[in-house]
Order: sequence, then structure tokens, then C-alpha cells
Amino acid sequence: MLNRYPLWKNLLIVMVLVIAGIYAAPNLYPEDYAVQISGSRAIHQVDDRVMAQSVSLLEQEGISFKSAELENEAGMIRFDSSDAQLRARAALTRGLGENYVVAMNLAPTTPDWLTALGARPMTLGLDLRGGVHFLMEVDTDQAVAQRLEVYASDIRTTLREQRIRYRSVDLDDSGRLIVRFADAEARDQAQSRLRRDYQEFAFESAQQDDAWFLHVTLNEQSVREIEDYAIQQNLTTLRNRVNELGVAEPLVQRQGRNRIVVQLPGIQDAAAAKRVIGQTANLEFRLEAMSDASRAATEVFQFRNDPDRRATLERDIIITGSSVANANATFDENGMPQVSITLDARGGQMMSRVTRNAIQRRMAVVFVEHKTRTVTERIDGEMVERRIPYTEKRLISLATIQSVLGNQFRITGLDSPRESSELALLLRAGALAAPIYFVEERTIGPSLGAANIEMGVTSVKIGFALVLVFMALFYRVFGLLANVALTLNLVMIMAVMSMLGATLTLPGIAGIVLTVGMAVDANVLIFERIKEELRSGAPVQSAIHSGFSRAFSTILDANVTTLIAAVILFAMGTGPVKGFAVTLSVGIVTSMFAALVITRALVNLTYGGRKLQKLGL
Amino acid sequence: MIHIKREFNFMGARRIAAIISIVLLLVSIGSLAINGLKLGLDFTGGSLVEVTYERPVELEDVRSQLRAGGYGDAVVQTFGSANDILIRLGEAHDPQLGQKILEVLQQDADAGVTLRRNEFVGSQVGEELREQGGLGLLVALIMVMIYLAFRFQFKFSVGAVLALAHDVIIVLGFFSLMQIDFDLTVLAALLAVIGYSLNDTIVVYDRIRENFRILRVSEPVEILNTSLNQTLSRTIVTSLTTMLVLVVLAIFGGEMIYGFAIALLAGVIIGTYSSVYVAGNILLLLKVTREDLIPPPPKEEEEEELVP
Repeated sequence: MLNRYPLWKNLLIVMVLVIAGIYAAPNLYPEDYAVQISGSRAIHQVDDRVMAQSVSLLEQEGISFKSAELENEAGMIRFDSSDAQLRARAALTRGLGENYVVAMNLAPTTPDWLTALGARPMTLGLDLRGGVHFLMEVDTDQAVAQRLEVYASDIRTTLREQRIRYRSVDLDDSGRLIVRFADAEARDQAQSRLRRDYQEFAFESAQQDDAWFLHVTLNEQSVREIEDYAIQQNLTTLRNRVNELGVAEPLVQRQGRNRIVVQLPGIQDAAAAKRVIGQTANLEFRLEAMSDASRAATEVFQFRNDPDRRATLERDIIITGSSVANANATFDENGMPQVSITLDARGGQMMSRVTRNAIQRRMAVVFVEHKTRTVTERIDGEMVERRIPYTEKRLISLATIQSVLGNQFRITGLDSPRESSELALLLRAGALAAPIYFVEERTIGPSLGAANIEMGVTSVKIGFALVLVFMALFYRVFGLLANVALTLNLVMIMAVMSMLGATLTLPGIAGIVLTVGMAVDANVLIFERIKEELRSGAPVQSAIHSGFSRAFSTILDANVTTLIAAVILFAMGTGPVKGFAVTLSVGIVTSMFAALVITRALVNLTYGGRKLQKLGL
Repeated sequence: MIHIKREFNFMGARRIAAIISIVLLLVSIGSLAINGLKLGLDFTGGSLVEVTYERPVELEDVRSQLRAGGYGDAVVQTFGSANDILIRLGEAHDPQLGQKILEVLQQDADAGVTLRRNEFVGSQVGEELREQGGLGLLVALIMVMIYLAFRFQFKFSVGAVLALAHDVIIVLGFFSLMQIDFDLTVLAALLAVIGYSLNDTIVVYDRIRENFRILRVSEPVEILNTSLNQTLSRTIVTSLTTMLVLVVLAIFGGEMIYGFAIALLAGVIIGTYSSVYVAGNILLLLKVTREDLIPPPPKEEEEEELVP
């Protein structure tokens, strides 16, 4: 019969709606203000004892809380107000000490049966919950230069071992290593030797006056590899550091070729976060120079905590901090602070090779910090920002080598347990393989986030209500049916967004509002078609039928083109714009389903299979 | 209830419409060339600090405070209410600036000033976002053109895309004339305008295509007029509901979403106009004929299958 859906079709629609309802439901439960307690390191687990301590700390301070429980090895304490949350965080940070990290969080209050089904609320973007967003650029040129420095000392060692006499090995500004020789024979010998050892190099010979040169450059592929490695390494390091900060649900992600985006929800002190994240330090291990070493092979460094003290070190770097696999602050037999270090395989080899001939000499740990000055210059009448990088190198320890060092050794001669634990932390969290610069920073205060949510929700409510009233007045019974479909459409948008784990941003809310306005379109197209059919004298049932089927291709074309725009928006956009693109795309798909399937089903249920002379349209 | 019984002679006014469009385009392009867009922080790079005071403050006080702190070039304005102050600084400042500004303002101990938002965008990032945004618009236009050429016919795809370019340029011109901040959210709105305006144009084109096949009148002008009249009430209803929510968004959505709502509102108005007057007009200029749509693809049967 015309305009009747078979039972299975109706059941299918009901099923889709039930599922949508379940997955949209978690968004109805307001989030609790909460603090999350986690161990700063694997050995400091949060257990019942810690929780009991936390609870008694809160009771001492007279801060009331809703609940305190262990969730996934982290303590979660919920509060009624953000004020209580702030005070609790301060009290717990003080009371629990450095071994535990106390982070502010918004805890979902989704009931257990919903969580069991995998339903969870939408994640709120930084513009809605407050927090810090950093975009950092990795200086990959520096990473390549650093690697070349290591190559330079490798080349020196090789040439020495092969007894090929050279004058110097230097790095020039354009990323070339220049090896200088006294005669052509030594140069040719060196070239054939190095060519065999290093596949990644391209060689070029040159001669000037009575000096012979070998220009060594890295090939394109190796440069790319070093860059990729540097970014991966930086990502790992940043993740470690962010974990030390104790942020709930942080985001650390590569963006584009050489950028890294870091988002820290709930963090308000951007400056403090930046100090920890942006620490662009690295370590170098070098031997102290012998007293008879030539000037060209040595370098003088100041001590970090005593600028008046200096030491002369060899120019060759044994290993850098990136070879450290693990580091712990411990005490030696005499109760003196030390740092136990485990190196990776390559680092261990290098270390044992060098220290074999250096027992009773002293080894230094150099703290290398990359800093930049930003200057503004007028070039061609335009103000141009220019960064001038410079490197600061300071000694942090100088200790005697007692035996051949393998991949495990200790650094002693440290002044205090504090020094040893700081050094261990730096080595463990890892140094950045290449310097980073902050190229974008956004801090959104929690009050602004809350205000944004409120304004967004208000707009959705009012806009939605107005559209419903308008439709009901304009299309009467059909308008009411469309309104039911529109409401279900909103539920479906929420459900899909939650299922995708998409982040809701302010432009995202705007996207929902816009979808509400535009979702009407498909219904309007259908209803107008039905009206037309009626005007041209078609019987009621067939007017409904052909109204839907004729509007279909129009609706499809119109929505596919909009979808194309939304997908491009998603592909090209970043952050908030992406959020808008997601809601818009989801909205287009669900509103098509709502108009073509749900409205149709409702119309069928209302009018289908009956003899009608008139329609409420 | 609106019942539109009268047949409007839309295409009769096509010369006037063409003149209006050309004037609007010239004004827009002129303003874009002379005033340019007032690019927001996202595209220029620089720093922006939003602070909120416990009670309303005088802008002049904030300015003099900043001047004393060494930030004479800061642009200070209210943002939404008299308690909220937005401070913008030029391109060449360091990322720590926001914090420093806050410290300067907090020296006045009883002011009760708190940080709401602090943004820094490097000039290079701004430049890239600018390029990416332009590229995004271009890619969207090209993709849509390809889809339409495939679904309709080449002339239709040219018509739709020209109508679209018309809308986008005029909305940009509007932003340039009114000197409203053009930031990332506004760019997103502009892309949504593309979606919306296309939607409108396609509904009309769809009808024109259908009428070319079923109506036995030979004059394209007549077919266009009939099609526009048939889709008129739909055009009005959809534009009204969309504008309704956008006005709500502009009023209740807050300052951060205001530019977005205004851009879309302008886009919806101009998009509605262009789907009636511009899109059809271009088809006539391109001398669309029935032969362009023949042989028609075997659509009718296929449709029956697809309808749920």
C-alpha cells in the first residue's frame, strides 16, 4: 500500500534512535569539579593508603567533597564547586609531596550502565573548559648541526686511529664539515677511508694555497632522517614532561612537517607550564682535557652553580643526553648522592671505547641550553621578526672515572640529593633532540570557558525553539512532524559526536546552531513539493509519495556539495575550525537521515494507508 | 500563512539585478583593494590579551597604565561589556608578553583584574594560516565545480561557481567596508557560506534541469522564471529559519562568535539573492539550451529505487 513502511523499516528506525539516545545521554549529566591524583613515577602508585591520607588532608582543611575513589590507578576526588576544587588542589599538592601529581579535572558523572556500553560525553575543547594551547616549532637545522658535531668527532677519531694526519675538522655555516689537510696525499687517503665508513656522506675536494680540503656533506635522505628522528624524540620528551606536570587528558601531537602542538586542559599558569615544557636543554658527556692537550682540541667551560670555577674539556663529545635510556637518583656506599645511568646500546659502546683509555681521568657532564633572542628589523620597509639562536653551555659535574664504563655507570661528586634528583629527572624525561620555539600560544581562563559554554547552549536553545515555532505555524501538522524529526536530529548529532570522540568547540556549537537552521531545508523541500503536487490535482496519498521521491535528488545534490565544503574545511583547518567542520559534516548527514527517513516514517504513520481528501499542510 | 500565487517575472529584472551585482562587486573589490581586510590575530600574528575587571573601567586608565609599563603601542578596546578589556599588540612581541601585561595591570592592587584569554601567534604562523585559508577556499570551489559538472552539465557548474565567487567576494567586501575583524572563525563561516549558497543555487538548478526536460516551452527565460517561482517559497522559508538562528547566535553567542554569525548572516542574505538573480542570469549569459541536458541520464527509475 502507498505510504506504509514495512514493519522492519520502522523497527530499524526505532533501533537507530534508541542507540542514538543511549550514546547522547552521557552529555546530559553535568561534569563534577574534580582533582586527579597520580604517581609521578611508576614506583609511586596511588593506593588506598594515599587516598586515606588525601581524605584526611581535606578534612583537616575543612574542604567538603562528594566522593573519593580509585579509578584506573589514579585517585579521583569530586567536589561541588570550582572553589573547593582549587583549595583542595593546593592542600593536596602541599600535603602529598613531590611523589604525587595533583591535577585539576572535570570528571564525567556518566552512570555505570552507560559507561559499560561505551557511552561517554563529548570532550570539550580548550575554548570551552579553559587551558593552555602551545604550538611549537622544532628547529630541525639545529638538530642536523648537532649531529654533524658528533660526526666531526667521529671523523677525528677515525683519522687518528688510521694515522692519517689532518689539521682540523670544522662545521661551517652552510652545514658542511670542512676537513683540512697539510698535503693532497693525506686528503685522498682520508677520502677513500671515510667513503668506506660513511655511506651517508658526499665528498668534494678543494685546494687553497698550501691547504687541502675535504668538504663533507650529508645526503638529502640522511638529513630527512635526522629531522624526523629529532621530531619523534621531541614528541617523546614533551610527553614525558607533560606527564611530570600532571595534567588530565593532555594532547601532544605532531602538526605538519616540523611543528608540535601541546594542549593542556585545566592549566591556568601558562608561564609555569612553559618553563617545564620549553626547557630546551641537553647534556653532553666529555673528558677533561689532559694538561698537554693542544688548544685547538680543547674548550673551557664555566660551572653552572659557580661561574667563577672553570674547567678545560676535550672538544670531542662522547655521547649526548639522548643516549640515556634511564637515570635514577641514588646514594653510594658512603651515603653520598649519585645518579645511576643506563645507556642505550650505541651509547654504551661509545662510552666503553672512550673510557677504556681514560681511567683515573675525569669526565664532565655539560648542560647545554639553546636560547633565542628575538629582534625586529626593518627590511624593505617592513618590520620583520628575526630569531637569533645562541647556545649556553655550562658544566654540572666533573667526576673521576674509576673503571671502564659500559652501558651502566654512575655520576658521583654531586653536592646534594636535590642536585642528583634534578639531574636524574632531566636525564630521564629526556632532553629535546632539537631546540623548540613557541610560535603560537593561547591561554583561555576557566571563567571564559564557562561563559562560552553558557552562551553557546543558550543560543542553541533559543534558536532551536524559534525554528520549532516557525515550522509549526507554517506547516501545521507536517511542521509538528518535522519538529519531532529535528529534535531527533539534534540527539543524533550529539550521539555521533560522542561516539567519534570528537571535541566540542565554540565554533562547533555554532555549527550545531547552523545545522538546526539548515536541517529544516530538506523538510521544506519535501513539503513544498507535496503542496505542488496537491495543487496540480494529485490525490493525497500519491502527492505525499511523489513529493518525497521528487525532492530526493535535490536534497542529495544540495547536501553533497555542502559536505564537500565541510570536508575541505576539515582537511585544511586547525583547532576550532576543525571542530566546526566536524559538527557541520555530522549535521548534514544526520539531517538528511532525519528528513528523508524519520519524517517519512512519521508522515506514513500519521497519514499512510488512509483515505484522505485534505492534508494539514 | 504565506501563499505565493503570483508569478514573479524574476528574469525580467535581470538587467537591473546584473547592475546591482556589478556595483556590489566593484564596491567590494574596491574596498578590498583600498582598505583591505582587518585581519585578526590569527592571520597577522601578534599578541592579544583579554582581561576582566570586577567593575567597569575607563579605557583611558588602562591605556595610561600600559603606557607607563612601556606598552605605548597597545590597542585597547572593550570586548562585549565594560568589564572586559581586549588588548592587542603588534607583530613583533615575545610569547611571554601576555603575562607581563597582566603584571602591569595587576600593579593597581584593588583593580581585581583577572586573565581571561592570552593568545600569541607568531608572524610566520599567521602567514601560513592566511595562505592555507586562501587555498582552502580555492580547493573548495574547484571540487564543487567538478561535482556539478559531473552531476549536471558544464554550464551549470560554471554558473554555480561564479555565483559562489560573487557571494564570497561580496561578503569579504562587507567585512572590509565595516572593518570587522577577520579571523579563523570568520574564515570558517565563509566556507559555510560556500556550502549554504551552493545549497540554494543547486535547489534552483535542479528545478531548471527538470523543467527543461518536462516543460514544452522553448524560451529558456520562461523556464527559469517558472523554476524560480516554483522554488520561491522554499527559498524564503529556509532563508528565514537560517537567518533566525544566526540572529540568535549574533545576539546570544557572545563576542567570540559574533564575527562568525555576522559573516554567515551576510552570506545567507547575499546567497539567497544570488541564487534567484545571479545563478540563473549566468545560465542565460552562457546560452543554456534544452540540448545541453540531452540525452538525459535514465534518472527517474533510478530515483524510485533510491528513495527509502
